[in-house]
Amino acid sequence: MSPATPAGATGPAAPGTGAPGRSTGAAASSASASGTAARDRILARVRAALSDVPAEERENPAPIDRDYLRAHVPDDPEAVAGLLAENLADYRARVHRTTAAGLPALIARLLADRGARTVVVPPGLPDGWLAAADVTQLRDDGTLTPARLDAVDSVVTGCALAVAETGTIVLDAGPGQGRRLLTLVPDHHVCVVRVPGQVVASVPQALPRLDPRRPLTWISGPSATSDIELNRVEGVHGPRTLDAVLVTD
Amino acid sequence: MSGTYLGMPAFPEAAKKSVDDRTLRANLRHATHTIRDRRAEAVAELADWAQLREAGARIKEHTLRRLDHYLVQLEQAVTDAGGTVHWAADADEANRIVTGLVKATGETEVVKVKSMATQEIGLNEALEAEGIAAYETDLAELIVQLGQDRPSHILVPAIHRNRSEIRDIFAGQMGRWGRPAPEGLTDEPADLAEAARLHLREKFLRAKVGISGANFMVAETGTLVVVESEGNGRMCLTLPETLVSVVGIEKVVPTWQDLEVFLQTLPRSSTAERMNPYTSTWTGTTDADGPKTFHLVLLDNGRTDTLADTVGRQALRCIRCSACLNVCPVYERAGGHAYGSVYPGPIGAILNPQLHGTGSEVDASLPYASSLCGACYDVCPVAIDIPEVLVHLRERVAETGKGHRAERAAINAAGWVLDHPAALTAALRAASLTRKLHPKRLPGPGRAWTDSRDLPEVPAESFRDWWKKNNPGGTAAPAAPAAPAAPTAPAAPPSANPGSPEEGPR
Repeated sequence: MSPATPAGATGPAAPGTGAPGRSTGAAASSASASGTAARDRILARVRAALSDVPAEERENPAPIDRDYLRAHVPDDPEAVAGLLAENLADYRARVHRTTAAGLPALIARLLADRGARTVVVPPGLPDGWLAAADVTQLRDDGTLTPARLDAVDSVVTGCALAVAETGTIVLDAGPGQGRRLLTLVPDHHVCVVRVPGQVVASVPQALPRLDPRRPLTWISGPSATSDIELNRVEGVHGPRTLDAVLVTD
Repeated sequence: MSGTYLGMPAFPEAAKKSVDDRTLRANLRHATHTIRDRRAEAVAELADWAQLREAGARIKEHTLRRLDHYLVQLEQAVTDAGGTVHWAADADEANRIVTGLVKATGETEVVKVKSMATQEIGLNEALEAEGIAAYETDLAELIVQLGQDRPSHILVPAIHRNRSEIRDIFAGQMGRWGRPAPEGLTDEPADLAEAARLHLREKFLRAKVGISGANFMVAETGTLVVVESEGNGRMCLTLPETLVSVVGIEKVVPTWQDLEVFLQTLPRSSTAERMNPYTSTWTGTTDADGPKTFHLVLLDNGRTDTLADTVGRQALRCIRCSACLNVCPVYERAGGHAYGSVYPGPIGAILNPQLHGTGSEVDASLPYASSLCGACYDVCPVAIDIPEVLVHLRERVAETGKGHRAERAAINAAGWVLDHPAALTAALRAASLTRKLHPKRLPGPGRAWTDSRDLPEVPAESFRDWWKKNNPGGTAAPAAPAAPAAPTAPAAPPSANPGSPEEGPR
């Protein structure tokens, strides 16, 4: 793992990092007595409705046939990275490619072009990434409120992985990514993807590398809507500008 | 608040109104044709689309056939992850649970992610009755809510509105609910989206309670999935302290891996995108990130009735992509409101009569709101054979006495005549002899049928008579044609079949 990589953001379920802890308390309280009655009634109705299903099938169901493709493109890392760039751009993300050495200068330029003065920094973001940027860094210690974040210009993060065929970046709230609201409230998101280490070709290749116990955010281009005459308009509630930076390992 | 569906007229009556509305028809035609063409392109990109579709159908069918097992597994996984699971047999029960949960927080407003299930149960109205304001945050739902309108499409609830109508709604109504629309708002979609962003942002930032549905629930992990475009979903799922998700019991899938099928087929079928802009997944609660309290309300509300019908069961595979609406010639002309439900179009025509039963005029009429052309089946990403279920439900409507009285009388009469050969012969002769007296259109209740159809011509003589005359002493006539007897039997006139009997009418 190179120093520029957010720890734990590479492999399947990131060994050693585990799932974030769970809050306990009110949420764990059990359902009420009437709730139990509804539960039993619904399950009984389901079982009655399925009286036509043979017992053998219910106990030992056949495995599901999956004869679809695991990927739609050849296993060529350079071509897959190119496809990721193309598909991100197709859905109006701004795509940049650089090397680890060029990364700080590129991030500095993206923030300067935007006129960003304050930047949110998630815990675990590699120190060097913002070394060249002339901005006020707001390090998230878990207390930044939505209202405070609303007044911030930009956020810079890494990611868990990216999916080339769909032009998708996945965040898993791991190191260098932070809490979900950090990448939601600010209007400008700079997201760094390590190529080819963090890039997979397809959705079937992505899921085994993600930990479902973590809160995941799949991002394919900036916020958009098609609600007005089915015309796609970029930019509603999420960040309206997404700078995707592909960094060659 | 959005309008109600109570007391909706039967489909033909409601459709007549919308078919006469030229603006509505133009809006619908433009929108459905745009999206259906784009969907076809997005689907064509995947060489294994047919296999993905079959796999989607198989996963859903497998799940439905062991639904009790997967629901219990899901409940355990969600509880283990820090969530609380509630069960609601019907809409009232679900509304009571959600209203109670919101009241327990002491809050009087909630932000909502677009959710079919909460519309189905009328949650907004139930909350309003308890003094709780529910703000819809999806752009199209906002248009519908501000316009005091009803949704007319699953994916694009305001599909019946064009940009200038939306501008007028925003300019006129936003101020009554919160931040007014900017001065001089134009009807450019980008300006309208910006107005929605500003209007809703203050609501997101102060929201303490969020309410959502879910596209999928994973039984093995307890993970919920919301697929969206605008980021309003992320706002509602992330910023509030309390999250309540109301989800139909059919939304469960067995494994995390199963998502690899639906995350490919849903966006392409729905918005014609390779992937929608945002997908959020969460499992219970997470320390210091997102809601501290998570409630999942599992909703039956007619789903177990649907499950009990071995033909109709397949409707529960639906992943609400709305591709069937966009290709349906009936939906394109009648619009979504005529279906009298939050589930319009072909899927609504088979879902509503099963979820509600066929007790109301509109639900009993829905199985007939189709030409059975089958386009809906072709595009369905989980291969629901909608025409098959429609025909099945027509049968049910006819059997339970909700069918057309005159139609039933005619079918009964025809059945009797076909059972009695002498009566059949007499009826055929009578029909031929009275040819000149036949009207061009049917009288009485049959009149509507001939509004758009020609009555078939009755031949000068029946096939049986023609056979007897042309085969003196020959073999008996072949078995009577399968066509119904009655005056309108479409036996071809002999003059049109001048050849030998071998080439004659079959």
